Amino acid sequence: MSMDFASGNELYQLCLEHGAAISEVMLKREMELGSVSEQSIRERLARSLQIMEAAVHEPLGQPRRSLSGLIGGEAWKVYNAGMAAGGRGIASLCGEALTRAIAYSMAVLEVNAAMGLIVAAPTAGSSGVLPGAVLSLSEIFGWSEEKQMDGLLNAGAVGYLLMRNATVAGAEAGCQAEVGAASAMTASAIVELMGGTPEMCFQAASLAVSNLLGLVCDPIAGLVEVPCQSRNAIGVANAFICAQLALSGITHPVPFDEMVEAMYRVGRSLPWELRESAKGGNAGTPTGCRLSAGGCAGACPEVCAAGADPNGIVSE
Amino acid sequence: MNYISVFDVIGPNMIGPSSSHTAGAVNIALLAYQLFGRPIAKADFTLYESFARTGRGHGTDKALLGGIQGFGTDDVRIRDSYALADAAGIEYHFTWDDKTRTAHPNTVDIRLESPDGQVQTVRGESVGGGKIRIVQINDIDVVFTGVYSTLIIKHADRPGVVAHVTNVLSRHGVNIAFMRLYRDYKGGTGYLIVESDENIPDYFLEEIRGNELVHEIMLIQI
Repeated sequence: MSMDFASGNELYQLCLEHGAAISEVMLKREMELGSVSEQSIRERLARSLQIMEAAVHEPLGQPRRSLSGLIGGEAWKVYNAGMAAGGRGIASLCGEALTRAIAYSMAVLEVNAAMGLIVAAPTAGSSGVLPGAVLSLSEIFGWSEEKQMDGLLNAGAVGYLLMRNATVAGAEAGCQAEVGAASAMTASAIVELMGGTPEMCFQAASLAVSNLLGLVCDPIAGLVEVPCQSRNAIGVANAFICAQLALSGITHPVPFDEMVEAMYRVGRSLPWELRESAKGGNAGTPTGCRLSAGGCAGACPEVCAAGADPNGIVSE
Repeated sequence: MNYISVFDVIGPNMIGPSSSHTAGAVNIALLAYQLFGRPIAKADFTLYESFARTGRGHGTDKALLGGIQGFGTDDVRIRDSYALADAAGIEYHFTWDDKTRTAHPNTVDIRLESPDGQVQTVRGESVGGGKIRIVQINDIDVVFTGVYSTLIIKHADRPGVVAHVTNVLSRHGVNIAFMRLYRDYKGGTGYLIVESDENIPDYFLEEIRGNELVHEIMLIQI
């Protein structure tokens, strides 16, 4: 029988029928639709994990500036301040697991902005959330590589549904579709890896979408740097929170499939300025404008000229 | 591929920072390089609209120059593509045209020239998530994506070319997924584009070339 599914509900039914985790159904689906062996899928997942490992760790040892110079070195700062004084320093509010996850997620965005190698998950702009959570928790709980792969498969299933039934493009539906999607994928993956049920995975994903509903895409100078990097931090923190809520038995009254549709509708109703046009939100402020004119090596002075006046009022 | 794979979600593996402005640019240039199939002496790039406006900040130029040297989206050499092009003796030029309007905002024209003066122009569009399409070859409108094995046959617009090509493909057991014909004007130059899910073996290209109406064959293998 087919392991393909077109909605969260269909995926959930498959999990129940087969007594399988979400990751297992996703693996079978991939084998079936791609006519490929489990081994070849696991080899590709191992490569994804290898790239993720390098991306979360490199900036901690060797911070690099982005092409524009807007970001660089943040992951190192967060990690060191958080871990200072045995994790009891003034900037260790989030505790070890989350501090690590935040630093890792921001590290991936640094690598990305400096033309390094990353795995889009689901997009380049949201590529820090999933590895930030999976790899930090793996270090703390000692999860095997195979278990980490299950995390990617679970997240892949949730991301596929968001891609299929809504969108993961910031230009179409704002940051909620990128970091929001990454956060929902990650929340669900954490729940499975911590031993939660498929039902709890969907609860966590619904909560994660709900918490970031309406988040706008407003990159300064149109670059994948600010506010994208710190949005990845909120994405991973939100995933932690929603996974913890779901694992505690808290439910969201709106089912996942309906949340996907709600996210898509909210996204389509966002004005164009707030969908990756680099004209609104952070990008449309006087400072955002100034940075776009001078801060990216003169790459995009027209952002200011075309979109916003010196007082930061966006006009069309 | 007609389904969303886990690697479409957790992927592509790519050099940052942007799937459309970096990875997509690599993919367009890589296809142009494969289509050309000759050593490159000179490469001219014209970037339009969003590519022209935010391309520098996204490394679109490095991505394009990397693609025409055969680098894929996950090749770290993209960062050094200027130096590597210099070392390889490739002359290159970028035009940042933010005035001309194009059908898609992320559009680039690539003109490649070989040491013996052969020229090919390609127009590509980066349509999101690293996905692309080629919409012109040598100023003739075409459409293909490079997702499938693609056979492109430049030919004289006269009867018999399609029959000849499909006959050869059928004898070698190649299943055609999509097939389209384009031409500049009646009786002029045509392009026949055949896409297949399978690898298209290149040993029968000689047979296709055997027809006098066939001018040139390009093959992109997945």
